[in-house]
Amino acid sequence: MEEVKEQVISMPRLGEPAPPFEAVTTQGMIKLEDYKGSWLILFSHPADFTPVCTTEFIAFAEIYPELQKRGVELLGLSVDSVSSHIAWVRNVEEKTGVKIPFPIIADLNKEVSTAYGMVHPGQSKTETVRCVFIIDDKQIIRAILYYPLTTGRNMDEILRIIDALQTSDANAVATPANWRPGDKVVVPPPNTQEMAEERKKQGYEYIDWYLCKKKL
Amino acid sequence: MACISPDGKPTASGGRMLTALKAGSFSAEEVAQKTGLPVFRVRSGLRELTQAGLANAKGDKYELSPKGIELADSLPA
Repeated sequence: MEEVKEQVISMPRLGEPAPPFEAVTTQGMIKLEDYKGSWLILFSHPADFTPVCTTEFIAFAEIYPELQKRGVELLGLSVDSVSSHIAWVRNVEEKTGVKIPFPIIADLNKEVSTAYGMVHPGQSKTETVRCVFIIDDKQIIRAILYYPLTTGRNMDEILRIIDALQTSDANAVATPANWRPGDKVVVPPPNTQEMAEERKKQGYEYIDWYLCKKKL
Repeated sequence: MACISPDGKPTASGGRMLTALKAGSFSAEEVAQKTGLPVFRVRSGLRELTQAGLANAKGDKYELSPKGIELADSLPA
């Protein structure tokens, strides 16, 4: 009887350390640990010289200054070679005037994309889907987004998630639906009956004991 | 190699790091401040300079080796 081998790939999960890597990039050999102390957006794209990916790279380059203000670095990835990446970013600059300022991993052996679960065979057996891993300054995975091959990513949402996570960290609060910087934030719900009773007197915007908001 | 070209000459960013290290022994964060390069680039570059025998690591500080000093001295001011 023929033996059936199944490969089990564990996907990174929120709150867990980001899988370490050392990878060839357009800016030299880079290790995950090189980013310690900075936030990092590690994102994959299906392939160089493809239309949606090109629009995304231009958009990532455009938000890069805003990300840097927030202490966030960008690192792209696809299973193309470093020569292909170099040719593509040079072409993007030549055709659109946009310089791609961040490194791109050439993951030819799929080591990094496998560790991060970036290849979804239901979408493509050879290309990475559009993944976004938001990794904090302690190298913990804080948010994960997956977009299909046909849908370009929304940069406003990526910036909004960074702002929300950094606001939550700095102020021990949560952020409500569609929150934007400057909006009211959600106060963590009380843990005891006594705290719940005290909530009304604490000066928050009180909807009920479990939903209180405040201005920062 | 991002800091040293295949012909053995430092790249622009490699040259900036070598020049910064001419002044003494510094951490990656200090080199990043002196060169204006992102810290991740400096950490990666210092690793490369160390592997090429151009710099030595002492704890979290880096300094040029005699070969690194020679190369740094050959760079245009």
